[in-house]
Amino acid sequence: MSSDPHLVEFFLRQGDNALVLGHRLSEWCGMGPALEEDIALTNTALDLIGQSKLWLAHAAEIEGADRSADDLAFLRDAYDFRNVLLLEVPNADYGRTMLREFFFDAFQLPWLKALTDSTDDRVAEVAAKSAKEAAYHLERSAETVIALGDGTDESHAKMMAALDYLWPYVGEMMVDDDVDHAMAEAGVAPLPSAMRPAWDDTVNATFREAQLPRPDTKFAHAGGRNGFRHTEHLGHMLAQMQVLQRSHPGATW
Amino acid sequence: MYAQMIKSEATQEDTEKLAAFQARIDAGQKIEPKDWMPEGYRKTLIRQIGQHAHSEIVGQLPEGNWITRAPSLERKANLLAKVQDEAGHGLYLYCAAETLGVSRDELTEMLLDGRMKYSSIFNYPTLTWADMGAVGWLVDGAAIMNQVPLQRTSYGPYARAMVRICKEESFHQRQGYHLLMHMMKGTKEQRRMCQDAMNRMWYPALMMFGPSDKDSVHSEQSMRWKIKMNTNDELRQKFVDETVPQAKYLGLEIPDENLRWNDERGHYDFSEPDWSEFFDVIKGNGPCNVDRIAARQKAWDDGAWVREAMLAHADKKAARRAAGELKNVA
Ligand SMILES: [Fe+2]
Ligand SMILES: [Fe+2]
Ligand SMILES: [Fe+2]
Repeated sequence: MSSDPHLVEFFLRQGDNALVLGHRLSEWCGMGPALEEDIALTNTALDLIGQSKLWLAHAAEIEGADRSADDLAFLRDAYDFRNVLLLEVPNADYGRTMLREFFFDAFQLPWLKALTDSTDDRVAEVAAKSAKEAAYHLERSAETVIALGDGTDESHAKMMAALDYLWPYVGEMMVDDDVDHAMAEAGVAPLPSAMRPAWDDTVNATFREAQLPRPDTKFAHAGGRNGFRHTEHLGHMLAQMQVLQRSHPGATW
Repeated sequence: MYAQMIKSEATQEDTEKLAAFQARIDAGQKIEPKDWMPEGYRKTLIRQIGQHAHSEIVGQLPEGNWITRAPSLERKANLLAKVQDEAGHGLYLYCAAETLGVSRDELTEMLLDGRMKYSSIFNYPTLTWADMGAVGWLVDGAAIMNQVPLQRTSYGPYARAMVRICKEESFHQRQGYHLLMHMMKGTKEQRRMCQDAMNRMWYPALMMFGPSDKDSVHSEQSMRWKIKMNTNDELRQKFVDETVPQAKYLGLEIPDENLRWNDERGHYDFSEPDWSEFFDVIKGNGPCNVDRIAARQKAWDDGAWVREAMLAHADKKAARRAAGELKNVA
């Protein structure tokens, strides 16, 4: 068998991050705080769902089990998803939604840029396309975090609450495991931990302008990237997302 | 009552100005925001464009209902893009209305407190995935029928908004049709969903053209002003004539025993929708009126702190910049 389980795992992680965050953002469509925000948020959701399609199609192909990107998205159970926990927790309010997106974008931009040098052409190609989109996402999410952190007393308080909730989830993005080491050795990807300095710089600079303090706790939840222990929220998301595929086996849409 | 109001105001306006205004319209010229216009024209346009804008925004909800359940990555992206287009349409139309001196926020308040309406079609629920096809095909289809003539409407900003919007609406219609075509080739359950959607949507779609000409209040003056280009019944007939063969091609049955081709008229004969249901829905008693407005109200209320914060931040930034510039000067 030519399938490389570490490589499949790597592609799934990329695809599931994009899919799960894209899905969460899509929940806002039609409900945004202003038309312009609604439209911009939907743009980001569309970019991410487009990216997930590319990553998952490669994952399916490398896996070689005759599954499609849609099969992976709509027919896997929660423990087979490989997204970080940060991206599956509920949107709550607009502040938490944008702060979560910002934390991810701040990782994703340097990450995708680094992946454009991958020894795997498929990785380099998807990363090149996605990095352009990620640059725009980061610009917008950082701007929004600054506006909401700096805006009013009320908005500042909401951003503080969002920060308290989300902070324990950010660390998982930058912890290395066996898959990461295998990818680094093969030249497919750098270690996620290598993104730490760039991520810190972006977060620190944005937080200064947003008047938000950087929490000093380093505690990090884990369990999403390896599927060992997702949050309770993912199951509900999948129950909704997968309902048609699950209730009409074999049908195409 | 409204028609009367227009008349009494119009008599107070300078008759010469009115005649010149009408002559420009008759000559096919566009009226632009800075031009003089009768109050009645302005009010009628605000009402019409505002209602159209609200319809786009409320219209996001029935389709938004299925975004998180879309059955493939591609369908999910298509539906997201479609609902986003509708938000864009709302935005162009609010901008067109703003050129008449009413702000987006004012219009939104009027929608939320019931002073302004939106298309009654969006007070019907979307119950299966086939509704995403039926809405695109029938609802966007009927909207196009209404809107294509408005590309030639007398008010410039409205006509220009309509040109952009119509292009996207016809894309939506095709996409909806193809979605149904795919499902009709699928399983028995999928075909059942399609027919069920047809059964529920047909008459509400016919209602989108408004009551029969004999019962329509605003028509005459609006037609003279070229705010309205065709009568409700003309457009409804055109819609039926175009839709019947499409339904046949899909293999869907139209829920109307009286539907048949009339050689003499060169049109299909068809049953009128139940107009008492239409007036019930307009009065607020449609299946989803309460939920739709509640959803808009919630989005508006939940978003208030965000809009306020963004304004406050923009002010602070401007103040800091001004202070910085002062320091540089000193
Ligand atoms: Fe539209
Ligand atoms: Fe429309
Ligand atoms: Fe549309």
